[in-house]
Amino acid sequence: MSQRQIIQVFEQYQKARMQFVQTVADLASRPQNIEILHNAGVMSMLRPLMLDVVPSIQQTAALALGRLADHSDDLAEAVVKEDILPQLVHSLSLQNRFYKKAAAFVLRAVAKHSPELSQSVVASGGVDALVLCLEEFDPGVKEAAAWALGYIARHNALLAQSVVDAGAVPLLVMCLLEPELALKRIAASTLSDISKHTPELAQTVVDNGAIAHLAQMILNPDAKLKRQVFSALSQISKHSVSLAELVIEAEIFPAAVACLRDPDEYVKKNVTTLMREVVQHTPELSQVIVNCGGMAAVIDYLGNCSGNLRLPGIMMLGYVAAHSENLAMAVILSKGVPQLALCLSEESDHTMKAATVWSIGQIGHHTPEHAKAVATANLLPKLLELYMDASSSEDLQAKCKKALKSILQKCTYLPGLEPLLYDAPSNILKHVVCQFSKVLPHDSKARRLFVTSGGLKKVQEIQAEPGSPLQEHINAINSCFPEEIVRYYSPGYSEVLLERLENYQPA
Amino acid sequence: MAELLQIKSQVKEFQQEYVDKNSYAEENRQKENQAATRIQSWFRACKVRAYLSHLHKQAVIIQKIWRGFTARARFRQMVKAAYFIMKMNFYEEMAVRIQRRWRGFFVRKYIHNFYARKSYLEGVSQKNELVRQELDELEELQKRERDCLEMVKEQTAKVYQAYRLHHLLSTKQCPGVFNSPFRPAPHEMEQLLRQVKYQAPTRLAHRGRSCLLGMPGPAAPSFPGTPGSPWIKNTRTCSSSRPILHPIACKKEQSQFREPGEVWEQHLHCPDLTLRLQTSHTHLEEAQKQLRQQEGTGSMLHHLSHSRSSFTHPAYAKSFR
Repeated sequence: MSQRQIIQVFEQYQKARMQFVQTVADLASRPQNIEILHNAGVMSMLRPLMLDVVPSIQQTAALALGRLADHSDDLAEAVVKEDILPQLVHSLSLQNRFYKKAAAFVLRAVAKHSPELSQSVVASGGVDALVLCLEEFDPGVKEAAAWALGYIARHNALLAQSVVDAGAVPLLVMCLLEPELALKRIAASTLSDISKHTPELAQTVVDNGAIAHLAQMILNPDAKLKRQVFSALSQISKHSVSLAELVIEAEIFPAAVACLRDPDEYVKKNVTTLMREVVQHTPELSQVIVNCGGMAAVIDYLGNCSGNLRLPGIMMLGYVAAHSENLAMAVILSKGVPQLALCLSEESDHTMKAATVWSIGQIGHHTPEHAKAVATANLLPKLLELYMDASSSEDLQAKCKKALKSILQKCTYLPGLEPLLYDAPSNILKHVVCQFSKVLPHDSKARRLFVTSGGLKKVQEIQAEPGSPLQEHINAINSCFPEEIVRYYSPGYSEVLLERLENYQPA
Repeated sequence: MAELLQIKSQVKEFQQEYVDKNSYAEENRQKENQAATRIQSWFRACKVRAYLSHLHKQAVIIQKIWRGFTARARFRQMVKAAYFIMKMNFYEEMAVRIQRRWRGFFVRKYIHNFYARKSYLEGVSQKNELVRQELDELEELQKRERDCLEMVKEQTAKVYQAYRLHHLLSTKQCPGVFNSPFRPAPHEMEQLLRQVKYQAPTRLAHRGRSCLLGMPGPAAPSFPGTPGSPWIKNTRTCSSSRPILHPIACKKEQSQFREPGEVWEQHLHCPDLTLRLQTSHTHLEEAQKQLRQQEGTGSMLHHLSHSRSSFTHPAYAKSFR
């Protein structure tokens, strides 16, 4: 055979390999094919192709592998078991940028499924190789490497620590400054994943100057970037007061409030989450946010969205109101209570309801003014109903009870208290009656109203053990009224009168 | 002898008496001794008692005087202390009054300042209103921008479609698809088709198609904006934000044609061809003479500069040969 014919054989083989690998890569992009491919043993076929001489076959093989591993965790585990990882990691440092992108994609696809798989990626030295990729010039390579690091760091604090120990954070912060939007997004998302676990990790991220760069990107028009930026800032600020203060000092606040009208709903959610994480630490931080008008914006946001997206907003209102009574009054003045009432009635999820109930409790428990604001929004009967409802979860019931108790101890708004006289169980009833006994001795109009609305009648019907606080309160109430009226309203009075009638002998 | 016997009998009696008296005395000795002791003791007791009572009385006097003295001293002390306590109470009461007033003032002014709280809450409400308004405006603005961009996109898409479907324009003979005779007025597409300027597709149309908005066709100078497009005839004068450079490989467009007569004239028009130079043919020698005159006065540099300039002249002179 001539040389040309021999070489032709090789070329045919190469073409065949190329075609195989490209077809597998295309098939792997559709989820329904993946089971079939796996059963056909594609993993063991692809493995030697990754060592192929031709670079484009290597790259396409890596891409196919990545797509397969991306789809399910069995395949990702198969990738790990077949020992492909060390070889990938080794060639990450040698090959050209297309291969690096594909290899980083494979590592990301493997690491995303579970912490154990991420641990195996770390154990094979993947993190160091990926950090080296972050120093490349090509933005696509940096993006793929940052994405993989983000998925590794997402699972738990140990893995995030290993990412940080490899020196990824300064490089990621530099990636934030790059002009490509996709790279900025991924860098912000990775920083967010790193800093969410522990305060030390968040401190490391902050020490590399991430906050200033993230703060600059707040008003960027791209919605996905804003999502990640706000998510990163909220993960940083949630850990401690000093971190939250650092975030506030970057002066994001009046500007971030504008993002609450962004058309993208996750941007809005993440802004609200950031506000919640900042607000929960100290009253001064809450003051900053209230002063820049954040309260009104959040309340409008609650009105416009629905479902789980409301949760951070509701919790934020609760945290603000919890700090002091003038902040709670600020919440009330910003029309927070009607909005919370709406949320309570519209949402059906019990965790959401529990959060709303908690917030209402925090608002109402400070002074009689606050309790009155809560009572006028007709929330007390609703709270009672949720407490009595057997289908409410235990958490919801406990929160309702606590909120009711704390509000009732300060409530002096009698029209709001009256509906509670009728249905409440005894542990709530004693607080209600206690409040009546405090207010009625001093207010004659209230006494009149109490009698005419049937409250006195109801109080007489309450049976309490003598000597219990409930009985004492009832006695205190009875002593506010003349005896005839009390006797008139006591149960069974008509029978007593009729008896007297029967026994009466006209003279 | 009788006296002796008498004395002897008396001795016996005497002895007997003596013995009797002794025994009698002996008997009574005890009693009398005891009696004497008793009397003596009683008497001594009386003496001692009198002495003791005397001593007691004296002691009482001393103690009385001493106690009076110390009690008076103590009393004086107590009076001083009571006076002091009364003064202190008075001062304290006055201090309490001052502190009460001061604390009430301080708390009402600085800590629980009602008016500050009221104005703060009012400020918060106003700020909320302001922020709500501003956010509404911002949202409105952003929405309008987005709508505008959408509209621009739509419009460019339509114009591009019209450009591609230029052949569907109605002619005098035959009404086009968009100009059906059954319609009261032509469709807007028809209007667009009429406005669109058709260009013969060149090689660059491929590139132009892919980045339509950025790079217009080869001939149009710029991409003006919303209603105008490179294909629409009437808008030529709008300015663009980016200067679009001419593609390098295109044929240079000819500027306005000149009148044929002018061109003929140019061809036929003979310039003034004479055998005379425009300058005199002794110009060179005169120039050299001038130089030599100046050489005498000037320095080497001067000469050099002049010699350099003199080089230009021969070339100039040569061109007409």
